Amino acid sequence: MKYIDEFRDPEKAQILIREINQLVAQIEACRKLPLQIMEVCGGHTHAIFRYGLKQMLPSGLEFVHGPGCPVCVLPMGRMDDCIALAESPGVILATFGDAMRVPGSHKNLLQAKAEGADIRMVYSPLDALKLAQDNPDREVVFFGLGFETTMPSTAMTLLTARRVGIRNFSLFCNHITIIPTIRAILDSPDLQLDGFLGPGHVSLVIGTEPYEFIARHYLKPIVISGFEPLDLLQSLWMLLRQLAEGRAEVENQYARVVSMSGNKAAVAAVNEVFELREFFEWRGLGSIDHSGVRIRDEFSEFDAEKKFHVPNLQIADPKECQCGEVLKGVIKPQQCRVFGAACTPQTPMGALMVSSEGACAAYYNFGRIDISAHPVVADSERGTAV
Amino acid sequence: MNTRFVCSFPLEDLQRGRGRVTDSSITLAHGSGGKAMRDFVQDVILGAFNNPLLAPLEDQAVMDLQELLCIGDRLAFTTDSFVVDPLFFPGGDIGMLAVNGTVNDLAMSGARPLYISCSLVLEEGLPVDTLRRVVTSMRRASDEAGVSVVTGDTKVVERGAADKLFINTAGIGVVPVGVNIGASRARAGDKVLVNGYLGDHGCAVMLARNDLALEADIETDCQSLAGLVARMLEICPDIHCLRDATRGGLATVLNEFAQSSRVAIRLNETALPVRESVRGACEILGLDPLYLANEGKLAAIAPAERAEALLEAMRMHSAGADAAIIGEVVESPSGVVILNTGFGGGRIVDMLVGDQLPRIC
Repeated sequence: MKYIDEFRDPEKAQILIREINQLVAQIEACRKLPLQIMEVCGGHTHAIFRYGLKQMLPSGLEFVHGPGCPVCVLPMGRMDDCIALAESPGVILATFGDAMRVPGSHKNLLQAKAEGADIRMVYSPLDALKLAQDNPDREVVFFGLGFETTMPSTAMTLLTARRVGIRNFSLFCNHITIIPTIRAILDSPDLQLDGFLGPGHVSLVIGTEPYEFIARHYLKPIVISGFEPLDLLQSLWMLLRQLAEGRAEVENQYARVVSMSGNKAAVAAVNEVFELREFFEWRGLGSIDHSGVRIRDEFSEFDAEKKFHVPNLQIADPKECQCGEVLKGVIKPQQCRVFGAACTPQTPMGALMVSSEGACAAYYNFGRIDISAHPVVADSERGTAV
Repeated sequence: MNTRFVCSFPLEDLQRGRGRVTDSSITLAHGSGGKAMRDFVQDVILGAFNNPLLAPLEDQAVMDLQELLCIGDRLAFTTDSFVVDPLFFPGGDIGMLAVNGTVNDLAMSGARPLYISCSLVLEEGLPVDTLRRVVTSMRRASDEAGVSVVTGDTKVVERGAADKLFINTAGIGVVPVGVNIGASRARAGDKVLVNGYLGDHGCAVMLARNDLALEADIETDCQSLAGLVARMLEICPDIHCLRDATRGGLATVLNEFAQSSRVAIRLNETALPVRESVRGACEILGLDPLYLANEGKLAAIAPAERAEALLEAMRMHSAGADAAIIGEVVESPSGVVILNTGFGGGRIVDMLVGDQLPRIC
């Protein structure tokens, strides 16, 4: 497939891996391994597992799976609020698919749907707006989720709703912003990160400039990366070169998509519709200042939290859950005390086990068995050993 | 729902006579046991399916055991219900699906499918022409698969109590002597084969629902596999495992094999036949073609020494033109399917918890 296969070329991968091995060896001569690299974005986590990158890389290189999975960091109370909205009389709740299984304190959206709530899966907030137009006697609430990646499309939808004059549409806003969270992680005392793979889609919107503080103040290198396996390997190679040469800079591997200043029209739409909340609760990480956005007063007619009674519940994460430590990279998913036992993709306790972008689900689905420890015993003529 | 008019409709209670349905849509009367129902059976059901076993319209079809014994020594019996939405999608419809689904379930035991039933649950208001199209398609599919619809039933339910049209089919086939196929029979060293492109059906139906605003030229792969399986058994009577990769896709079937047989299955991503258009749709939606439904695809596990001959025979058959050897059975890790990615890595291909859900971004 054009523009896809070029980024999945195994021969080019081998070249990059050779160079990565050399760089790791070079770094090892000066300091102790392992190197800990955080991939901030859940899309990267997913790709690392989907393509089996971990086993292709030297063992002295460890990935720490960051907080960039929007459904994973959604606190239980917000989920309960969302379910309460969905169950309000006359409401159609429109949501992205992967929010359907995120656990609330009693049930998830799939269960609420089975019990009679009218919940529709959509692929874009504009689909939700169309639902509102098609069902003028109903109230359509869109469950707005995601980082700067999805924020502009939600903002544009609200702008469209106001322009067209659609009154039966509102937004339950759970959009969050990545920069304060990276800062919170960097400020965390038990953290030992060597560098970051920066999110590609978020950066398409915000550009590379907002990451400068990571290099300047925290002296950590960061490379904005694309999502194909060669993108990730090249980004790692760039990051390791920085580490080997003692540099800490913001570099952009994903230059075919991401520019330094980002997408100004998208940012303008976001700023017109949204403003920062003083704080927002993150699952596992707790409250982080200025890490969420809310709808500006000028658009309050589209704010589901003002239009409906939202219980605004504060629900503590289950005590056994160690989502926060996994999110900060303090422990690996399989080191969590409930991983694979009380918490599995079938019965997720923490949201990291729900989305395929969640670190725990990715570990469980793709990586729970060290497949390189099982060499091919049968016919191996085609060199199928990993 | 407290009042639901469920009207039983035994095809067989009726005397033969000429009837004609003139209504444009199905009403509760078509399931009421009166003249309207008699006309419905004569016109729509017998009109489509007429054959010597169905025609007497008794309460049951009666088959000759001796004839069955000439084919094999064991009966295979299966049932399946079909509730697909939309009823018609590129390359197929619910009727074709209802026949081939049951035919294929029979064929996966190595059985020759012979007889199927047809139970309809109709929502009041369904256009009669829609139903005619569906039963005509069922007749065509059953002719192609070499089976007869020999018994049936119809219920009409109130509007809202069903979604347009549900179909249940059950089927009987006969397993030839010596054929012994089972999910627990995979052995280290065996080869894994499929008979063609994966994920076409799942992708076609998804796109036909039209809420994705994606357009692609993808048709269902719905087809009978009975002829192909018969040919495969001629070439390799000792096929170890055989299953059609319907809901849950190839990944689910191979996991079932690996778990039942306590072996591991290693797939080669580069050997998996997936159309560019299906790959493209999956890339956009964040789905994995390994989990997409198929309606005319089987996964077979066969001894390595017969794999090439089997592949060649499959490719000569119209239902297996794009067949491929996609992997092999190894000893460990037991119960696990592993994909060697085209990129040079590897990963576990697990069973899904529920439906695949498109990702946010």
